Amino acid sequence: MIRDITLGQYYPVDSLLHKLDPRVKLSGTLLFLISLFLIKNIWGYGIATLFLAYVIQSSKVPFKYMIRGLRAVLLLLLVTVLFNLFLTQGETLFQIWRLRITKEGLRIAVFMAFRLTYLIIGSSVMTLTTTPNHLTDGMESLLSPLKRIHVPVHEIAMMMSIALRFIPILMEETDKIMKAQMARGADFESGNMIKKVKSLVPLLVPLFISAFRRANDLAMAMEARCYQGGEGRTKMKPLIYQKRDYGAYGCLLVYLLIVAAVGKL
Amino acid sequence: MGIIEASKLIFEYIRRDEEGNVEGITRAVDQVDLDIQKGDFIAILGHNGSGKSTLAKHMNGILHPTEGTLWVDGKNTRDIERQWEIRQTAGMVFQNPDNQIIGSLVEEDVGFGPENLGVPTEEIWIRVEESLKAVGMLEYRKHSPNKLSGGQKQRVAIAGIVAMHPKCIVLDEPTAMLDPVGRKEVIRTIRALNEVEKVTVLLITHYMEEAIYADKVIVMDSGKIVMRGTPKEIFSEVEKLKALRLDVPQVTLLAYELKKKGMPISDGILTMDELVKEIC
Amino acid sequence: MLIQLENVNYLYGEGTAYETTALKNINLTIEKGQLIGIIGHTGSGKSTLVQHLNGLLKPTSGIIYYKGQDIYEKGYDRKELRGKVGLVFQYPEHQLFEVDVFKDVCFGPRNFGLSEQEVELRAYEALKKVGLEDECFYQSPFDLSGGQKRRVAIAGILAMKPEVLILDEPTAGLDPKGRDEIFSQIKKLREDTGMTVILVSHSMEDVAKYVERIIVMDHGSILFDNEPKEVFTHWEKLENIGLAAPYVTYIMRKLHEKGLPIDIRATTIEEAVDSIWDWYERSKEKR
Repeated sequence: MIRDITLGQYYPVDSLLHKLDPRVKLSGTLLFLISLFLIKNIWGYGIATLFLAYVIQSSKVPFKYMIRGLRAVLLLLLVTVLFNLFLTQGETLFQIWRLRITKEGLRIAVFMAFRLTYLIIGSSVMTLTTTPNHLTDGMESLLSPLKRIHVPVHEIAMMMSIALRFIPILMEETDKIMKAQMARGADFESGNMIKKVKSLVPLLVPLFISAFRRANDLAMAMEARCYQGGEGRTKMKPLIYQKRDYGAYGCLLVYLLIVAAVGKL
Repeated sequence: MGIIEASKLIFEYIRRDEEGNVEGITRAVDQVDLDIQKGDFIAILGHNGSGKSTLAKHMNGILHPTEGTLWVDGKNTRDIERQWEIRQTAGMVFQNPDNQIIGSLVEEDVGFGPENLGVPTEEIWIRVEESLKAVGMLEYRKHSPNKLSGGQKQRVAIAGIVAMHPKCIVLDEPTAMLDPVGRKEVIRTIRALNEVEKVTVLLITHYMEEAIYADKVIVMDSGKIVMRGTPKEIFSEVEKLKALRLDVPQVTLLAYELKKKGMPISDGILTMDELVKEIC
Repeated sequence: MLIQLENVNYLYGEGTAYETTALKNINLTIEKGQLIGIIGHTGSGKSTLVQHLNGLLKPTSGIIYYKGQDIYEKGYDRKELRGKVGLVFQYPEHQLFEVDVFKDVCFGPRNFGLSEQEVELRAYEALKKVGLEDECFYQSPFDLSGGQKRRVAIAGILAMKPEVLILDEPTAGLDPKGRDEIFSQIKKLREDTGMTVILVSHSMEDVAKYVERIIVMDHGSILFDNEPKEVFTHWEKLENIGLAAPYVTYIMRKLHEKGLPIDIRATTIEEAVDSIWDWYERSKEKR
């Protein structure tokens, strides 16, 4: 059933990477992504490749799951690479008819390909090894300094985790209402654009009403359980750094130093 | 003083038409007096719209009386400053199991209440374990609530309240959306809490079979309390209950019909064994 | 032979890690005019089964016939079929969406390309059949009580003039008053029209009173398919699969164990009263 499908793309195995504190993974991913865009030579990308390969290997997630995310952006990747390849001005390498490939163009295109591919793989590694709720916890904790400038960090995190819980329920509900309207002769497939949009009314109205009813019930249930925002709340599972997390930060630092030296950041 | 006391409690809401003009006033709870003792198991019966859910929402400070007063463990529910104390004293379980579970793991949901109360981390873990044990759901602590049955979800919701260490639990039709197996599970859990943990229980229901275990039964109709007494007293009055369009437990009904025909059977039979003894 | 299922199997989430068998080798024949109860524990496959009868779910294997025709034959109009086999879902009031009750009931018949006059006539008749008070017709469906909403939703299906009416847990979540209202409307409807009705339920008490045939589902298979009295003699088996015989059955058994010569097959209060009274009269004469 729909409810069984895990949200996001978390891949449940027991690895060192899975056990890491979500804050380490979040900041690590962010720093890795930034490094990708600052590397200025091919050796730098060599270091990045080695680092990424090491991380993937220690995650115990099959490699095919890592590149799955690439499929969705394949077109974007191709277009970016081709544009850069053909439209960059500079020293001509060779020319076929009116398409001219320059030395600069080739360089930028290759770098672009590296950046985008590693960006996708890098963030996949994070989402594959971290549950959505851990991610939310990590984000809440990392963003907590923003509370000082009145950003409702706790509320945003709470909203995200509630949304994560209710998305499967609402998906199941959509399926049910759709079937119920089909049992009344509704047709969601045929017809032109306008007809199709119109046919969604009997689906969307009940869905919105149900979502609001649930939101209302949930708000009441939360209040009944003394929820009054983030103020004065304790945590059942507070984020506490372990030895392995400091180790991971150390690895990250080493990577950054090497890549800075080699890649001329 | 009882754990929950009400005197001349009235709750009215204003009906408005589409333009927001006042159409009239509906009195959902009308002159209700209550005196519930610590450790009691009270069942409140009545059909939909009889005001029983509205009354229940007062006990947790979700609604405030229009007139009259309600005290929870000696605290006036109008006292906004003590609102959170009141909510901790009288925990509330609602009808729809899906719409009251917040956590994405069973144990995280049970920990939600204590987290809100600012209970230290180590104690939260102790409370979560105790509460899950009390409702018999400990082995499911690492499960996602989405994969549980309706009865199991309601037991998790009850554990979530128990973990806040309330003196009293108000359950607003907790079994209405469950199948017979789920209903039994939940009722068994509630009875155990009352008998073992000595928690005061207020069970709002329209399933008559669930009321036979109560110490006292209160029947509501159009906002008023129309009957109150022990289950035996209440279910002796089959005609009156029928007039209120409520059911009678099957055994009671059978006993009543036999008596009406002329067999010598006493009033208010509640269990099968009682009936068998009477007939043989 | 109105509906026939031949070796129907259904797998949920085929090809994914969550694949489960929801229906296992179902063979079933439903005759015109029958009043059938389908009973099973949550997750037994009863809702999945009825969604096959009007072509909302396609069996993984097996054939479904409606009036002798394979409903998955090329060119078979399954939309037309859904008009003939009306399915009322669990909590059907959650599908209401129009600004007033009358318009909502019109939605069904309007999807079948009928004239506006015919659509409105059918909607009016359907609302009358479920016994909704006239003053509610032009109210917003969201202002009605739970029981009323549910009757409006049922009218929404009746307005298509189906030949078969399937109701999935029609009384779930209603109070005793609402339950009685729904059941007596269904009973009346059947007496008036002779329509084939299928009730899906987990409540034995409700079903025993009304139906003439019970199909018990367990783990996606049909466990029993017989008249109620026969099915309830297997009360031990029923308990094992999370169901129970009507409460009266247990009382009668207990009395029988005590040596009273009474009818242990009684399932309703009326039957039980008659049987016990019979014994009482006879034993009084002996004394």
